[in-house]
Amino acid sequence: MKSAVVVFPGINRERDMAHALKLASGVTPHMVWHADTELPDVDVVVVPGGFSYGDYLRCGAIAARAPIMDAVRRHADAGRYVLGVCNGFQILTEAGLLPGVLMRNASLKFVCKMVHLRVENADTAFSNAYRAGQVFRSPIAHGEGNYFAEPETLKRIEGEGRVVLRYCDAEGSRSPSANPNGAINDIAGILNERGNLLGMMPHPENLVEPLQGGTDGLGLFQSLTRAAATIAA
Amino acid sequence: MLNNTMPITPALVAEHGLKPDEYARILALIGREPTLTELGIFSAMWNEHCSYKSSRKWLRTLPTTGPRVVHGPGENAGVVDIDDGDVVVFKMESHNHPSYIEPYQGAATGVGGILRDVFTMGARPIAAMNALRFGAPDHARTRHIVSGVVAGVGGYGNSFGVPTVGGEVNFHASYNGNCLVNAFAAGIARADGIFLSEAKGVGLPVVYLGSKTGRDGIHGASMASAEFDENSGEKRPTVQVGDPFSEKVLLEACLELMQTGAVVAIQDMGAAGLTCSAVEMGAKGNLGLELNLDAVPCREPGMTAYEMMLSESQERMLMVLDPAKHAAAEAVFVKWGLDFAVVGHTTDTLRFVVKHHGEVMADLPIKDLGDQAPIYDRPYVETPKKPVINARDVPAPEDIGEALLTLIGSPDLASRRWVVEQYDHYIGGNTIHHPGGSDAGVVRVHDGPKGLAFTSDVTPRYCLADPFEGGKQAIAESWRNLSAVGALPIAVTDNLNFGNPERPEIMGQFVGCLKGIGDACRALDYPIVSGNVSLYNETQGQAIMPTPTIGGVGLIDDVAKTVGLGFRTAGDAIVLIGDAEGWLGQSIYLREIAGREEGAPPPVDLSLEKRNGDFVRTNIRQGHITAAHDLSDGGLGVALAEMAMANGLGAAITLPASATPAHAYLFGEDQARYVVTVPADQLDGFLANAKSAGVTATAIGTVGGSALTVSGICTISVATLRERHEAWFPAYMSAA
Repeated sequence: MKSAVVVFPGINRERDMAHALKLASGVTPHMVWHADTELPDVDVVVVPGGFSYGDYLRCGAIAARAPIMDAVRRHADAGRYVLGVCNGFQILTEAGLLPGVLMRNASLKFVCKMVHLRVENADTAFSNAYRAGQVFRSPIAHGEGNYFAEPETLKRIEGEGRVVLRYCDAEGSRSPSANPNGAINDIAGILNERGNLLGMMPHPENLVEPLQGGTDGLGLFQSLTRAAATIAA
Repeated sequence: MLNNTMPITPALVAEHGLKPDEYARILALIGREPTLTELGIFSAMWNEHCSYKSSRKWLRTLPTTGPRVVHGPGENAGVVDIDDGDVVVFKMESHNHPSYIEPYQGAATGVGGILRDVFTMGARPIAAMNALRFGAPDHARTRHIVSGVVAGVGGYGNSFGVPTVGGEVNFHASYNGNCLVNAFAAGIARADGIFLSEAKGVGLPVVYLGSKTGRDGIHGASMASAEFDENSGEKRPTVQVGDPFSEKVLLEACLELMQTGAVVAIQDMGAAGLTCSAVEMGAKGNLGLELNLDAVPCREPGMTAYEMMLSESQERMLMVLDPAKHAAAEAVFVKWGLDFAVVGHTTDTLRFVVKHHGEVMADLPIKDLGDQAPIYDRPYVETPKKPVINARDVPAPEDIGEALLTLIGSPDLASRRWVVEQYDHYIGGNTIHHPGGSDAGVVRVHDGPKGLAFTSDVTPRYCLADPFEGGKQAIAESWRNLSAVGALPIAVTDNLNFGNPERPEIMGQFVGCLKGIGDACRALDYPIVSGNVSLYNETQGQAIMPTPTIGGVGLIDDVAKTVGLGFRTAGDAIVLIGDAEGWLGQSIYLREIAGREEGAPPPVDLSLEKRNGDFVRTNIRQGHITAAHDLSDGGLGVALAEMAMANGLGAAITLPASATPAHAYLFGEDQARYVVTVPADQLDGFLANAKSAGVTATAIGTVGGSALTVSGICTISVATLRERHEAWFPAYMSAA
């Protein structure tokens, strides 16, 4: 799997992401600067986490209008894979590539901890290494991960199986206390209509080695590696 | 606007925090009346914060060298060799006064300042910690300050992108009017890639990089060198405003710039901003320096020379660049969208010359600004010794189990989850042990297997009762916490927070603590490589408890061989390392259960510390120990509860027959002690090894079950322990 990680000023998890991509695919990702207008020929583009432009206007709002985003849009339009994590998720929604918005956490505080995620749809390029209903752990670290979409939109993305990951407890049950940010329907990650672009708040890239406390997050990158190989074949 | 040539009156001198004899010294040095800008420059260079005038005599007594020390105190941060051509660069610094006045920005810029100290030297930050001390929970301002400080620490560190892997949070009425915010940062660099502030070469350009200069923070360092009074709220304009995004961009730009070979010298603009950084670069290099303020990027028009020289606007760097590499440097600045300007040049005159609109605003002897700052040998009185409290004179609680639950739910021992969840501790992907899971935060270096351990420690109530033993204890506990994860303690940064040094009893606390710190550092081969002194932590005559915060760094050969503090496997044997005398003087038990803050603190036997700690570390590294926890606040009882709560695994404990009274055995705070677990089939061999090493080791129980049981005394489910431990902080913060 060939991949690229987009770097905006203020992004700070690009190295973590590159490490996970390399671990799963064996290939070192390209790092692409925000001011560039072309992407290298890759299977997967990742918009990583951080605080692009300080998140000063609205999280992701400025980055969504950076020159490189036109190339990201073309990459998605061509049916290739795009993954946005944390600030990357916020950027993809601000760019109109995903529906809904990410609001301030219901607690009004930044939250960093380990959470559990339930795989709602294992039949995607991002989750095929997991089983449907499987519960895995992932760190989160964000101040604005409270996903919201208006009822019509929500009904559609739920109906179309586009909610890929939901917050849950260790047993897989949903509850207010297992939802770290107030996201509607406990949504942690969603797909676009075409199914080739995923946005998610948690950081699977920080849980890919036993020394980090587990390899729960590796499946996401293995899924992409597998999907990219299928296309290439 | 103040005129640069206005007459310097005694009132104006006093407003600048300079004493009449200090002003007389200035007149003698320069042979004329200073201009207003010059007076401002002297006040910035000669205040306590920048000149260490009250502390320097005693700081010189501390051990600062060792086989691994590359750069000790005097640089932006200490630099220590960690093998393979790598160095760790670290320092701790206070931002106490600003954080009390404006908690969010004060704490945020404290974090920003310490990160800048580290990357100015060429190191990429890999870990942060912070030691926070707040007033009594029931004091009117405490909740507001906790909320703002924690949000500020997180707001800056999270955005910058450094994992916060440790720290301390404590409450005491002595901090009611004067909270402490001590921020620590550590970074990694190559030994041959360290950058210093010493300018080299005449006629080289002095380049300004980073955020524009504004009117914020003017006289911040002077504020930090005076006591608070009832009008301290009026000092809010002296607090700087942080911009973590600019800092992150500055980090990346500086590290990229350093790769080009263009940087001759570099210094961040911290306390006293442009003044301190420019003087330091010139003076260290035995060069003069001339600044042209017309070129300084300013946030607003009409700023005077006086304001520009004293501004503490954040996220700014000053550097001397190699003119031959100017184009490469400029490309980096443009790429990262940073303001930069050539604002001066080095000279061979040893003068510090400041020009604005073509006029000379200041012309001072550059070396004298630093070297000739006054040094005081302040009178001090030793703190009288407190009586030793006999454990038998401290009544037993009605119910030891309930006492334990009270202790682990008390403000100083309750879970810090509410705090640490606001800090990103996963970023970087190298955090091996997270806050609360081990005695020290552990971070892998590069791709491993090497790692570093970090801990922040001091027990202020011990320091107040006996500064010498308290100083020793702070170092010993730091050394112990690193040993308890299997790390070799290699060096220390100290952040010395005290009251008004002009009061002999406060100076006595300072001197006592430093003697204790020095003795312990020498005994444990644990040199001090950087630090910061914060005096005048007083409000309306009420001083804080003496709080010499110790930031310790340890080296780990293989992070896979470290251990956490939580019980891991049912059936493991639980072993107490060290002797249990049941020392209750100055203990948390005595304060929280008996309501007494009394007595002498536990004495620290440094040779015993070394013997016990070396034994624990060696056995962790050899894989004989499955979990380890040092004993400190709350003693054995609290340590066992913490080990049970960490992974939700209980234990059955049987106290030795000699363990009377039981409350002293369980809650005494004797030093040089650890609780460790070892696989049951290795217990006999482990105890034999301890015996031959001269280490007291006592098997006290077995891991397992869902409750912590102390035979014949109490049985408490781990769920109940957790409930009481977790309850206090969120309940306190959500109360109106």
